[in-house]
Amino acid sequence: MSGVITERPDKAGIQRQIVLPWSRTFQMTRENIFVRLGRSIITASGIFLGIAFMSAVLFGAAATVVSGKIAEQQLGVVAAGKDDQARTIWLVTMSLIVATVGIVNSMLMSVTERYKEIGTMKCLGALDKFIVRLFVLEAMLLGTLASVIGALVGTGAITLIYAARIGIGPTLSSWGVKALEVGGVAVPLWGAILVSVLLGGLLSVAAALYPAWRAAKMPPAAALRSEF
Amino acid sequence: MSSQASVYEYIVRTKDLRKIYTMGGQEVHALDGVDVDIRRGEYISIMGPSGSGKSTLFNMIGGLDKPSTGTVFIDEVDMAQLDAFELAWLRCRKLGYIFQSFNLIPVMTALENVTLPMIFAGMASDESMDKGMELLKVVGLGERYDHKPTELSGGQQQRVAIARAFANDPAIILADEPTGNLDLRTGKEIITLLKNMNEEKNVTVISATHDLKMIDVSDRVLWIRDGQIDRVEERADIKLSVGKMEGEEN
Repeated sequence: MSGVITERPDKAGIQRQIVLPWSRTFQMTRENIFVRLGRSIITASGIFLGIAFMSAVLFGAAATVVSGKIAEQQLGVVAAGKDDQARTIWLVTMSLIVATVGIVNSMLMSVTERYKEIGTMKCLGALDKFIVRLFVLEAMLLGTLASVIGALVGTGAITLIYAARIGIGPTLSSWGVKALEVGGVAVPLWGAILVSVLLGGLLSVAAALYPAWRAAKMPPAAALRSEF
Repeated sequence: MSSQASVYEYIVRTKDLRKIYTMGGQEVHALDGVDVDIRRGEYISIMGPSGSGKSTLFNMIGGLDKPSTGTVFIDEVDMAQLDAFELAWLRCRKLGYIFQSFNLIPVMTALENVTLPMIFAGMASDESMDKGMELLKVVGLGERYDHKPTELSGGQQQRVAIARAFANDPAIILADEPTGNLDLRTGKEIITLLKNMNEEKNVTVISATHDLKMIDVSDRVLWIRDGQIDRVEERADIKLSVGKMEGEEN
């Protein structure tokens, strides 16, 4: 120790290898979902309700077509096809907006209330991408699961309602009906519901990605300061 | 690597450190030109009233925030020169953090909390478990390894946090008000624990605090006022006054 201090421009001794194995990522995600199960269910509910509403609207639209045809045959009345189509588009658009807002809101909240945890993880040496990876994986699992259940419950409920009105057979035949016309392409009901489930998963990931990325990029001191 | 690193006397140096926040259109100088040299193995307390800038200084030294101007050297490496990977590596391997509010990951058990930095450092799972258990025993919580933070008292949580801070045998422990949320007795236990670790492992402990109990174990006390170093006291100079201020039996 000569007492002479020389600055080291070569960053000697500093390395860069930091890891988070996938097995551990999955384990942490599982813990995050199941240990705070109550919170996870609330987050999932936002997604669930949105997708349940959307698939109910889609199913309702298709079932209306079927019941319209039945009325036509029985009473000789021609259903107002144009009006129905316009109403369906309006309802689907509304349900899409409701689903999006619900999902974005749920995911945004579930990330922002964990800013402090994100700051702590960074103090322990986590890279930004670990944080993003953890939240994206969690959103993907939660979002897809909630969407699938939402679609099941939504279509299930509408099936019961229409089965009581027009019988179970015609109601189930709605699955083959062209529920929507998107840019001239007719989409069958099952396709529209599949799309809404995928949309639920994708929106969940997208809605978690941005706040997680922002939190990961924050200086840890700022993330740690936030209180929820 | 470590033998080469120990050539340098100072583990932390800051040079004309400044941090300016803009609040409501006004510039607030949280740090206003701070030069500190901290020796290897030293137990140093940064003291000062709330808003004096001690936490800001703590954040700068710990690489948790960037200074507006000025430089922080850790082991004579300019922290501003490090990229994100190197900074993460530094936080993971060279620095250990302890916070006022413990900041354990709530969904993880005590052992999982302690082993997390080891996982980041690439240690094998079995090895990290063994080392984690060992550290928990050192802080007196060997039995509670499977408990979640909510199942532990404040003092116990802080012990887990200390075990976690030592996970990768850091060179520096940074403690921000480590006794701030604890009662007098538990606070004292935590201070003793930190001091023992400091002596046994020859780790540099830097603690931002306004807990006067801390003075007793500190090698040096850095008093901060209005973002500047007010004075630096060696342990010998201050030892006398402590007992009286705390009003405790000795």
